[in-house]
Parts: sequence; structure tokens; C-alpha cells
Amino acid sequence: MSDQENIVLRLIDRHGQRLLTDWLAYQRKDVRYAGTQREAETVELARRFLDHLRAGAQIAQFDDIETPEWRPIRELLEDLSRDRAIGGFSPTETATFIFSLKEPLFALLREELRDDTERLVRETSTTSRLIDRLGLYTIECYARTREEVIRRQQQELLELSTPVVQLWDGILALPLIGTLDSARTQIVMESLLQHIVDSGAEIAIIDITGVPTVDTLVAQHLIKTISAARLMGADCILSGIRPQIAQTIVHLGLDLNVVSKATMADALALALRRSGKAIGERKPPAAPES
Amino acid sequence: MAEIPILRIGDCLLISIQVDMHDRLALALQDDLTQRIVADRARGVMIDISALEIVDSFIGRMLNNIAAMSKVLDAVTVVVGMRPAVAITLVELGLGLTGVRTALNVDKGLALIRRIIDNPERDDADRER
Amino acid sequence: MQIESDDTMPLRTSDDVVRVRQAVRARAVAIGFSLVDQTKIVTAASEIARNTVDYGGGGEMRVEVLRNGQRRGVRLTFSDSGPGIRDIDQAMRDGFTTGNGLGLGLSGAKRLCNDFDIKSAPGSGTTVTIARWT
Repeated sequence: MSDQENIVLRLIDRHGQRLLTDWLAYQRKDVRYAGTQREAETVELARRFLDHLRAGAQIAQFDDIETPEWRPIRELLEDLSRDRAIGGFSPTETATFIFSLKEPLFALLREELRDDTERLVRETSTTSRLIDRLGLYTIECYARTREEVIRRQQQELLELSTPVVQLWDGILALPLIGTLDSARTQIVMESLLQHIVDSGAEIAIIDITGVPTVDTLVAQHLIKTISAARLMGADCILSGIRPQIAQTIVHLGLDLNVVSKATMADALALALRRSGKAIGERKPPAAPES
Repeated sequence: MAEIPILRIGDCLLISIQVDMHDRLALALQDDLTQRIVADRARGVMIDISALEIVDSFIGRMLNNIAAMSKVLDAVTVVVGMRPAVAITLVELGLGLTGVRTALNVDKGLALIRRIIDNPERDDADRER
Repeated sequence: MQIESDDTMPLRTSDDVVRVRQAVRARAVAIGFSLVDQTKIVTAASEIARNTVDYGGGGEMRVEVLRNGQRRGVRLTFSDSGPGIRDIDQAMRDGFTTGNGLGLGLSGAKRLCNDFDIKSAPGSGTTVTIARWT
């Protein structure tokens, strides 16, 4: 254990409380906490951070924070970043937790090493580098969490925009809204097939009223979806073909190999017929005997 | 060497593929099946693939062969129990199952065979799946 | 990019193809692929593995589990010292429709993967590398 670790250790041991207080004061300058609960949590986190820093300073190198000895501090920072990222704090506000430790720590170093400027410069530099590394680590964790959140939201949006409804026994409807790209097609297929399994439907009406354009790529995606449904024993009917789309399909020479109807109503009528069902008038109730 | 048992339900034969198939087994199955179709005068062949986690071109070709041979012997072939993940992968793979009809499960498969045997004009097996 | 694991398996018999499928499935599950993605990579592996055994005279498969930042992937390298493929473009086009039973399935396997690479020449054997990522 070299001199530099010794000094941080010594400072935390002797002036831990003051360091904590000053540090929290610096944090408060840049970050506004909504409510006292978060404020209390932060105090607790800061305290634990200093404990881990002290433990790390005892046994570890300052140059590499990826070593096992620094794991507790890394985990604390991961939790902090995750929490802040989800809580809507900015990257700066999150990283301030770490970087704001510099000033109070340097102040203590200046006091302690006031008679040894050369050593003061050295220690300040080493300590600064350590805090920089920890700060950057915090920012990376934060970024990762944000990406996760965005990805999850995208997924939820995709799923919400492809509902599958059961129109009748054995008849499903899949109204597609928006363009059909590869990612969307995967979700659509998985959703449709799962519904076929769950409901035992043998007919699926795919309505494309809400699909703005049908080009070769979109047609391929539709064909894939229809083929997949067929493999699960369900026949498809395409509905919602606008006149524009009909022209495009012919011009591009696309063969969708599926029965298509202009409206979902027509498609439903066909589906009912195929299922051996008919819709008839209700008989009026018999007149009471007088 | 494991064998694939062939069960009879009325005038239909039912095979359930549970194990990983390789060439010898596939050939043995096709042999056994053709013999049984003739011996039992079967009108329908149902292949249950609900235990299969993947269907690659080898299995696909085997299914196509079975369908083709059955057709020559005037029997209808229906594949049942395909898993959604398998269906999605097959479609991406671009492997067409020609002459093979599909149904969700054994019940629907039997009903389908009945419908086709009773109404030959409604047979659309040759449309590629 | 880090390589988290690296193993090689022989590919000489049908039983080896089965083992390859199981090995790929195990790694795909461990990485956390969705069921559909698992199915795709295992199916692609099965296709290429069968080619190696049936047309390549047997060979081996190397399976690596990779990490690239947040993403993890499985990379499979199939190699044999068989007759090789004369016209790769043609082979990639044929797919399953040749009808003569060859149906190399290369184009199909390519569609199932994120990365695909093939090196082959008559007399020099064939090496196919495929990968799928989260």
C-alpha cells in the first residue's frame, strides 16, 4: 500500500463527516430533488459511497476501477445511474453525484499537504483521475439504462399497434395500421400465430385499410404473414384494399395468392359463409293468447 | 434404432414425430408408411410435429415426399401441431411445403381429412404453403 | 468485441448434426435469444451442418459466444475439406428449388441470420460462417 492510498484513507477516517456534509452541499447546488425521500436516499448513498471508497483505498489500485476490489463501488454507481435514468434525471445531474466530490476532497488535501506542494500536486492528480473514472463509469451505466428504456418503449408501441381481435368463433381480424417493415412483420406474425393457437381460429382477416402504401417489400411481408398463418391451419382473407392499392398491386405485378375483399364487412361475410354460418332475421315473439 | 409408431384412427394413419430424425429413420418411416397405407386402405395420413422444435429442409423434404407418395395412393396428408416459432422460421427459410395441408391439431386435422375425402373438389393442397 | 466462449465440434455423422443443434440451442438460450430467434439460428445451423456432412465429406463446426457492447451473439463456423462449390452465386440462388435433392439451403440459411459468409472453391473445401445477435 503506497502513500497515495494512505492519504485518502487518512482523510476519510479523520474528516469523514465534514467531507460528507460539504459534498452534499455541492451536490445540492446542481441538482434539485423532488421531495425529501430522494434527498434522504442520496445522503445514504453518499455515506455508503465514502465507505466503499475508504475500503477500496485500503486495498486497491487507483488506476483501474475494473478490479474486483472496486466492485462494491461499481455496483453502487450502477444502482444510482439506473435509478436516476429511470427517474428522468439528466446525465449531468446524475454524474454530479461523483464529480462534486472533487472540491471538498481537494480542499481537505490542500489543508493536509499545505507544506508539501509537490506531493499535493501528485495526490490531487491521482485522486482526480480516480474520480473521473468513477464519474465516466456512472455516465456509461446511465446511458445503458436509457437505451434499455427506449427499447422497451419501442417494443410496447409496436405491440400496441398490432392488435388481433376475434370477430366470431374461429374468425380473427388483424387491422394493420401504418407501414409494414421487417421488425413490425415479426411482431405481427408472432401475435397472429399465438392468437391462432389460443383461439383455434381457422380464418384470419388481414385488413390493410390503414397501410398507406403497398410496394414490393410490403407485399413480401404480407405474403410471409399469410404463409405463416396457413402453416398453422388458418386461411387468410385480405380486406381494406383501396382503389389506389389495387392499381399498385396490378402495376407491380404482385401475386399475393390470397382472396381479397374491398371491405372488412365483405371479408367477414365470406368468412361466415366458409364457416358454415348464416345470419338470419329474428322471428318476432308470438302474440299472447287472448 | 428407434422406430416411429404408426397408429390407426378409423381410415386415417397417425404418426407422431418425437425424435430427431436422420436419413435411415426417415427412409424407414416412408417405407413403413406406404406399406401401411396400402395394407389398411387408409384415406388419410396425419403427421403430428408438435414435438419438433425445428423443421429444416431435411424434414421439409421428408414431409413433401410423404405427401407425394400418399397422393399416388389416394390418401390425403395433413401436418398438424406446427409451433408458431417453427412456422415463422419456415416462412423465412423459404421452404415451401407443397401438397401438404396443415391444421392446428389432431382434431382439426381429422375434420379436414373428412372434409376433403367427402368433397374432393375443395382440395386446394397444390397451392403452395 | 469479446469472445466469451469458443468450442469446436466434429461434424461427420447424422448424430453429430443432432449434437450441433443441441449445442447451438443451449448457447442461444443462455444468451437470452427470443424463442423465434433461437429457432432461426438452430435451423440455419442444422441446414449448414447437414451440408457439411452430406456434401462436404464431413468436417467440423466452431461455436463462439460473442459480446459486442450491449449485444451478445453466437457465431458458427462450418468447415470441411470436401469438393467445394464451383459457382457460389448459383448455389446461393438455387435454394431448395433445384428439385434434384441437392437443395443446398444456403440462401435460406442466410435469410435466417444476421451475418453470413461463405468461402469455397473446387478442391479446396468450404467454410461457411453465420452469426445471430441479440
